[in-house]
Amino acid sequence: MDWMYVFMPIAGVYIFWPGLIILGIGVGVIGGFFGMGGAWMVTPGLNILGFPMAFAIGTDIAHMAGKSLISTMRHGKFGNVDYKLGLIMLVGTVVGFEVGAQMVMWLERLGNVEKVVRWIYLVLLILIAWMVFHDVSKRKQKEREAAQQGKQVDALATGIEWHKTLHKIKIPPMVHLNVAGIYCSAWLPILVSFLTGWLAGILGIGGGLIRMPSLIYFIGCPTHVAVGTDLFEVAISGLYGAATYTYKGRTELVAAVIMLIGAAIGAQIGSVATKYIKGYGIRIAFGIAVIACAVSILLKLLAKFYPAYGGLLDNSATVVILGTVSLLSLYIIVAFVQGARKEIKAKKARA
Amino acid sequence: MRSFWNMLRKRLNGVWLSIWIGLLMMPAMAMAAGGGKVEQMVIVADTRGLPPWEAWWANLYNESHVYFTIVTIIIIPVVGVIFGTIADLFMGMIGIDLKSRDLAEH
Repeated sequence: MDWMYVFMPIAGVYIFWPGLIILGIGVGVIGGFFGMGGAWMVTPGLNILGFPMAFAIGTDIAHMAGKSLISTMRHGKFGNVDYKLGLIMLVGTVVGFEVGAQMVMWLERLGNVEKVVRWIYLVLLILIAWMVFHDVSKRKQKEREAAQQGKQVDALATGIEWHKTLHKIKIPPMVHLNVAGIYCSAWLPILVSFLTGWLAGILGIGGGLIRMPSLIYFIGCPTHVAVGTDLFEVAISGLYGAATYTYKGRTELVAAVIMLIGAAIGAQIGSVATKYIKGYGIRIAFGIAVIACAVSILLKLLAKFYPAYGGLLDNSATVVILGTVSLLSLYIIVAFVQGARKEIKAKKARA
Repeated sequence: MRSFWNMLRKRLNGVWLSIWIGLLMMPAMAMAAGGGKVEQMVIVADTRGLPPWEAWWANLYNESHVYFTIVTIIIIPVVGVIFGTIADLFMGMIGIDLKSRDLAEH
């Protein structure tokens, strides 16, 4: 079975390459569907495959840049990418990320910040999950109220409407974001991207997990446009991140390229699946992913408090993450297959 | 009563001003901190007994991280576009519409 292992020339280890492809498919499906890089899933996955931690993050970011590019190409064809919004936000994200990263180093000199950062991450994830499910319940309430009056809720109606209040701030310059259908002050996306980038820099994550809901709830993007635009941003910022890590000598390109084979397939499936699932379906699935992520962080924190059960709790955290990724990937693949089958059937009936 | 409200308003203005100054100064303070000294770790790839292309790649890593970075940053998007286009071709064969999306919903 030696042929199933490939040598990593920089890290100097043999890795089970079908595992890298499967991981690539899973992350590609989830990333293409939710519009995020997915570092939170890849790092534990690479770790399980026996990848040295020194190279896990850099390799993950390098693969993330390529994968997000593939997903952006597909979403772009569906008209889901607001390039203007993406470019405006890119400035805020990069500046915010650098400030956040510098701040963490500054805080590190004052004391051990690792636990604090994990707690902040946990609170943030709980807030995002609350935001998503509060939005879903408010939208359901609107649907019920409309049904009682014998009406139907507008297809573009949302539960939470914070973006409408933020759009009232008319500080020049004002911008028309045609794909997203938004007219707002340019400072709104700059400020939101700076804050999300700053948080991502502090937490040491890519930021898709925070940026995607921010695009929906604070800027007012339709879900599909939020997914596509976020991927565009991840592709560019991921390339910047990959350059930084590679310059530090922490990237294993061979593994990144093997993962990209799987990610190319997964990203296509995930991106096309957004065609068959309504915006709120994506939001609910995203909320579940966020809850799983929060549970895994909590288990890791508990492992630090109870060292006797450390191994068990750490392993449980990995199982929660990889189990959720597998289940969500399965849900997305099934939705893709059912939707494609329906579409082909309808096409044949018309012909 | 009016003097109390005036005093309160002045104090609140002071609080707002401090918050804004704090927010504006935060990046500068973080930048000024300079990040401190991070533990440096040098990793060297073992090129002994590697086949030619792997040896070349590992040597490039050992000799210059700058060139290694440039090559990596070119390869990643190129490979992404190639794999993406191939996957696109296969998806096109299924027979679904890959250029438009009907659902216009938030």
